[in-house]
Amino acid sequence: MRASDEAFFNFETGVNTYLPVLVLFLCAAGFALAPLGLAWLWAKRFSPTKPGPDKNATYECGLQSKWDARIQFKSGYYIYAILFLIFDVETVFMLPFAVVFHRLSVGGCLAMLFFLFLFLEGLLWAWKKGVLTWK
Amino acid sequence: MEVTDQELKIDLQKQGVLMTSLNELYNWGRKNSVWPLQFGLACCAIEMIAASMARYDLARFGAEVFRPSPRQADLMIVAGTVTKKMAPQVVRLYNQMAEPKYVIAMGACAISGGPFKQGYNVLKGIDRYLPVDVHIPGCPPRPEALLHAFMTLQNKIASQPLTGPARPRHLRAGAPSEFSVPQCGPHGLVPPSNPAVWRPPTAAQAG
Repeated sequence: MRASDEAFFNFETGVNTYLPVLVLFLCAAGFALAPLGLAWLWAKRFSPTKPGPDKNATYECGLQSKWDARIQFKSGYYIYAILFLIFDVETVFMLPFAVVFHRLSVGGCLAMLFFLFLFLEGLLWAWKKGVLTWK
Repeated sequence: MEVTDQELKIDLQKQGVLMTSLNELYNWGRKNSVWPLQFGLACCAIEMIAASMARYDLARFGAEVFRPSPRQADLMIVAGTVTKKMAPQVVRLYNQMAEPKYVIAMGACAISGGPFKQGYNVLKGIDRYLPVDVHIPGCPPRPEALLHAFMTLQNKIASQPLTGPARPRHLRAGAPSEFSVPQCGPHGLVPPSNPAVWRPPTAAQAG
């Protein structure tokens, strides 16, 4: 038996000293759930539901939805995503890399260089597409 | 228990005993927590916004919480010109509101089409499709007029009994849940009005 176990279990009385916390938690949960339950019961008794096709519709802007929400769309803006990763998100990874550079193992360094190579690939791709040229 | 003897009730109140009925308590809660739907159609909406701001302070009546979703709203303030293109959306929004729900037609346009009544593309009154509880005349009505309409609506809510034939619509199981949404046809809206809500006035024939 570890010493830390004795902190919340009194062996002489056999009472778990965390019991009041549990009781408090149950009281708190009761205070939160009881009004919800009462409101539900009240609604059951005094406000019968009146469903309908408009009321059950997914959208609530007054317009009818025209087609399924799950559609394929052209990923024409992927080049912006690539540039955002290279020039913005990359910094998040480069800073910790630079901080621990001297303590890094060879494996860690190679993994990071491979990671940078992936970014370099994206940069070359963007360069070739001509998006870095100001026109 | 329904307190019918008002004098006894007032006497008891003087002695510090407050008596009420479930009906009164229920309606007191309802009339002081009417949440309007947040949408405006034309210039009347500017007056509606003014009424909700600090100077006129609609919050005094518990109605400052303008809801952007019809699911959370109790009151539709039709503030402005309802074009025929917009009418189906307005009716659909009303259908999506939770019961019990009320409608205030604000301004000449919402009541009758107002200055655009002779136009080809303006609905001549939202009461052709929706059961309007309070009409506010004016072009546009001042915020005080909206407050007055709101108090009128509160009085109406307070006077609704929970039982009997005069109980509000949401407590009647047979009452329709939705009102028919008009469609845009080649010559205006189809149907031109909802006969369950509105019938064209008939001229009396002098015999």
